Amino acid sequence: MSEPLSPWDRAQAAVTALAVDPAGLRGLWLRARSGPLRDRVVQALAALPLPQRRLHPGVDDATLYGGVDLSATLAHGHLVRAAGLLATPAAIVLTMAERCPAGLAARLARVLDDPGFCLIALDEGAEPDEALAPALADRLALFLDLDGIPAADTFPLDLPPETLALARARLSEVRIDPSAVETLTRLAAAMGITSLRAPLLTLATARALAAWRGETTPGEDTLRHAAELTLAHRGTLPDAADPEAAPPPPPEPDQPDSAEPETRQSADTPPDEMLLDAIRAALPPDLLARLAVARATRAAKGSGGSGDARKGNHRGRPLPPRPGTPGSGKRIDLVSTLRAAAPWQPLRRKTALIDKPGLHIRQSDLRLKRYVETSDRVLIFTVDASGSSALARLAEAKGAVELLLAQAYARRDHVALIAFRGQSAELLLPPTRSLVQTKRHLAGLPGGGGTPLAAGLQLGLLTALQTRARGMTPTIALLTDGRGNIALDGSANRAQAEADSQRLALALRNSGVPTLVIDIATRPQAALRELAARLDAPYLPLPRADAHRLSAVLGAAMEG
Amino acid sequence: MSQPFPFSAIVGQEAMKQAMVLTAIDPGIGGVLVFGDRGTGKSTAVRALAALLPEISAVDGCPVNSSRLEDVPVWANAVSGRITKRPTPVIDLPLGATEDRVVGALDIERALTRGEKAFEPGLLARANRGYLYIDEVNLLEDHIVDLLLDVAQSGENVVEREGLSIRHPARFVLVGSGNPEEGELRPQLLDRFGLSVEVTSPRDIETRVEVMRRRDAYENDNAAFMKKWRAKDSALRKAILAARAALPGLTTPGAVLHDCAALCIALGSDGLRGELTLLRAARAQSAFEGAPTVTRQHLKTVATSALSHRLRRDPLDEAGSGARVARILAETLP
Repeated sequence: MSEPLSPWDRAQAAVTALAVDPAGLRGLWLRARSGPLRDRVVQALAALPLPQRRLHPGVDDATLYGGVDLSATLAHGHLVRAAGLLATPAAIVLTMAERCPAGLAARLARVLDDPGFCLIALDEGAEPDEALAPALADRLALFLDLDGIPAADTFPLDLPPETLALARARLSEVRIDPSAVETLTRLAAAMGITSLRAPLLTLATARALAAWRGETTPGEDTLRHAAELTLAHRGTLPDAADPEAAPPPPPEPDQPDSAEPETRQSADTPPDEMLLDAIRAALPPDLLARLAVARATRAAKGSGGSGDARKGNHRGRPLPPRPGTPGSGKRIDLVSTLRAAAPWQPLRRKTALIDKPGLHIRQSDLRLKRYVETSDRVLIFTVDASGSSALARLAEAKGAVELLLAQAYARRDHVALIAFRGQSAELLLPPTRSLVQTKRHLAGLPGGGGTPLAAGLQLGLLTALQTRARGMTPTIALLTDGRGNIALDGSANRAQAEADSQRLALALRNSGVPTLVIDIATRPQAALRELAARLDAPYLPLPRADAHRLSAVLGAAMEG
Repeated sequence: MSQPFPFSAIVGQEAMKQAMVLTAIDPGIGGVLVFGDRGTGKSTAVRALAALLPEISAVDGCPVNSSRLEDVPVWANAVSGRITKRPTPVIDLPLGATEDRVVGALDIERALTRGEKAFEPGLLARANRGYLYIDEVNLLEDHIVDLLLDVAQSGENVVEREGLSIRHPARFVLVGSGNPEEGELRPQLLDRFGLSVEVTSPRDIETRVEVMRRRDAYENDNAAFMKKWRAKDSALRKAILAARAALPGLTTPGAVLHDCAALCIALGSDGLRGELTLLRAARAQSAFEGAPTVTRQHLKTVATSALSHRLRRDPLDEAGSGARVARILAETLP
């Protein structure tokens, strides 16, 4: 068994495979900062048999799909069309791929489903939550991470065109062993990769590598290299997090299968375990963790549609028009365009090359409509009104709600209030902006009883989801002293209560609703810090808070 | 490679295929929502469906695919008047598509170059009498969702903007797909989908290997592969056409109506759309099976996909609403 590929060997193998069969492999996710190594890889990609076209994440539809060449049209007085970047098969180079918006990712994913295209995503993600959109990552066969490769370990990437042409000619002759198909499928399943694109792309990579190496069927090494290049970054590698653990129980992909004897028959195929080891060695140890974080963050960001203030150009309060080119999503402001063109008419009529009736409008006259649209925010107070929570703190919380609401009126914020005490939680104040109503509700907030923390979290989550469905942006502020002792079903069972609140904390975190945990106990509580960590929420111990400080903290957190 | 992957060659995913066939039989069911993991064949199935569907006859050059000359909207020009066959339109609505692209807008080119006020039809016009496919539907911008809600309900697109006042038919089957991990769908839009299916990656190795084999054959031995599956696809197309013809002649016994109502009450689904869709889907299913009357068995076959997205959400229910429907189905209709 040969050694796994060195990082730079892997880069060479990836570039080679892509150059042999760009359409079959669909592309490369290149995660690296801009630098000489990345330049070298990108330069080597010139060997691809496709024209290269560079895109940036802000590219608009007219550039992608073609449209009217506005300046030429205005100058010539008849319609001039420009071809889009995606009109013919090409190798698309997407720069700053980590910033690619969902809309562009969806379009590119659609294009990648057409034959002939291939995408090279240059991902410069530095923060853990930056990564390529999953819809694209799933479709690209190869992944390379160049960070941390010493320049001394590298060598020039040499791809002689004649050899590449030979390999391409051989490509259709490469036969895949049926047992290899099975091995790769099994391997992907063992790694917890649900997408069926992954093993198919591995197969394509194995085919390309085999053609390059002059094999008629991909050998064991070729299969292993293909798996390293295509599968390593996708899965959750079993035991990868803990390499020192004593011989781990081998991951049995076929455990749930009843067809045990049949799946064990082929002894000559490389065992999954060995392949897994090779793949594990192929990646920097923390990369998977980083990618997982990025996936989770993307998921939590959710629809990206509803919510925060955004400057759109569709609806909302109008902003002054700006010069620009109308195109995808940008609408022309006809009146201000005419106004901008008006003073120049006599001059232009005199100097015009072509004699035409009507107005002479140049590209520089065009003005676009802009609107700003803010969606309302909702601050959901989930207040512990139990006996353990000092009544004084409850009064402070009430004061903070009123203060926030007084400011909120100017900012169009809504406030909702949930109190939990005794055996259940109660929505005392549905999302509202009415200060009067709030004061009346708060005045009557009684305290005492057990601490049904789980019930409070559940009602908070439900309220948040409801407000979000109405197009608002919810934030939950949890004020408690952290001693949950009533389970969801109302029984005084401390263990069950703990389990319930943990489960709900997870659900809340998955829902992506921002949460603040404010500890109002006299001494900071470890249990609450833990809960905040579980919620991925800021933890603010406020033992000596008055209403003013509380409202300042909440205001700052919501702005952030 | 120009032809999409054949519909009948998709391994497994029976629920998804069944739902798509039902909407092809009766477009009035109102669309399919496919939620599930990546790489489970969602987009493949939709593209395959486009190739599977029978052709429609439409006026040549009509922007809304009208079947008769008198239905062609007045703003359309360059219509020859001939009736031609064209494939059932399956239109992609990409994420981030603008309002103008979706509903149509003033034709800026003609306005600027010729000084004419003309309407440039959008995606909704092109999707009339066909399918509108939205990949990653849960990531769709809210203002586009608002537009779709209205049009999907009324079957008519009304454009009142930039001095234009235009309405045209926009009856289409909405097909959405997405990955629930990335965001929820607005309940209002969820309700507009007639059927919803959850797809998961096949768990057993044999199925997965079979998927790989077929896809590999499709990509590397295209001619033989297409030849092998074309016969199955055309048999399915014939079955769909036969079911369409049989649909009006079906009888629906009162007991089945009773079952529909009982099931929806037991599930506590909001509104009456659940019952109506359930019944339509059951009728389409029995037409597809060639049965003369709708039976309880047909109802049971389609109940999960017709009702699972209409339940009240329970954030702690990890089993998914499909399991809840199946449980209550077993209790209510033994």
